[in-house]
Amino acid sequence: MANPAAQGAVGAPFMVEIERGKIREFAAATHSANPAYWHDENPVVPPTFLTTQMFWESWAGTESSPWHLVDLDQQRGVHAEQEYIFYGPPPRAGARLTAQSRIGDVYTKQGRSGPLTFAVMITEYRDESGRLVAEAKLTGVEAAPPGDRS
Amino acid sequence: MTATPPPPPPPPPLVVGPLTRTDFVRYQGASGDFNPLHHDETFARAAGYDAPLAVGMLNAGLLATYATNWLGAEAVRRFKIRFRGRVWPGDTVTCTGALVREYEQDGSQLVDVELTCTSQAGVVAVQAWATFAREPA
Repeated sequence: MANPAAQGAVGAPFMVEIERGKIREFAAATHSANPAYWHDENPVVPPTFLTTQMFWESWAGTESSPWHLVDLDQQRGVHAEQEYIFYGPPPRAGARLTAQSRIGDVYTKQGRSGPLTFAVMITEYRDESGRLVAEAKLTGVEAAPPGDRS
Repeated sequence: MTATPPPPPPPPPLVVGPLTRTDFVRYQGASGDFNPLHHDETFARAAGYDAPLAVGMLNAGLLATYATNWLGAEAVRRFKIRFRGRVWPGDTVTCTGALVREYEQDGSQLVDVELTCTSQAGVVAVQAWATFAREPA
């Protein structure tokens, strides 16, 4: 069952280096031939590219990802929503960003077939001057176990 | 003061498919999401599915491809995704978009668009709402 006590948990900061080859690999995987990714010397990242933070946070160690504290059920938990916000043009190849994640709200709403528990994780990305350049917001949802759908 | 031109109309739909297991694996390798549900037939069957399930973030990435081809890779300011329906190997998905509004905020000209990724079975796989900046002419 999701753990509401995870609300407010903060992960350790971790490094995310934005790399041109990785941007092109991601563009290929998402069927993009956009010259902004393929021809620019220092391309910007595609809108959903920061999902690659998964690599960096796993290399940094579990203390960087507070998401596991939410403890959504593996069978009944799913990725419900994902949002990326860019404060100006998206970061470019060559950027060295410092990311930090925190658990936002953990809350329960009544769904059509029983209660649903939502949990949010926000990751902030800052450049080397400390400016906030992007934010990622992950929303997971878990249905109540069968038989507990009152 | 330079006038900002009206945003271009939505481009023709982006049609991708039939999607293969290789498409899923290529995306998983690029993204770092190695959930076996999306590539391991044995695991997917044990979870009660007939085949590996397409990666929701791949469909979201296809919507991002459509949107950046339309309004510019550097102009994206917000991209919000909601995962809706399931897509399977062999499905073909179609990405479409519509302009929702044009407005000015903090001195920037912005447009909001709504994006939809639908399978040939009529299943809405992913919806997204995005904000792009408009460059002055």
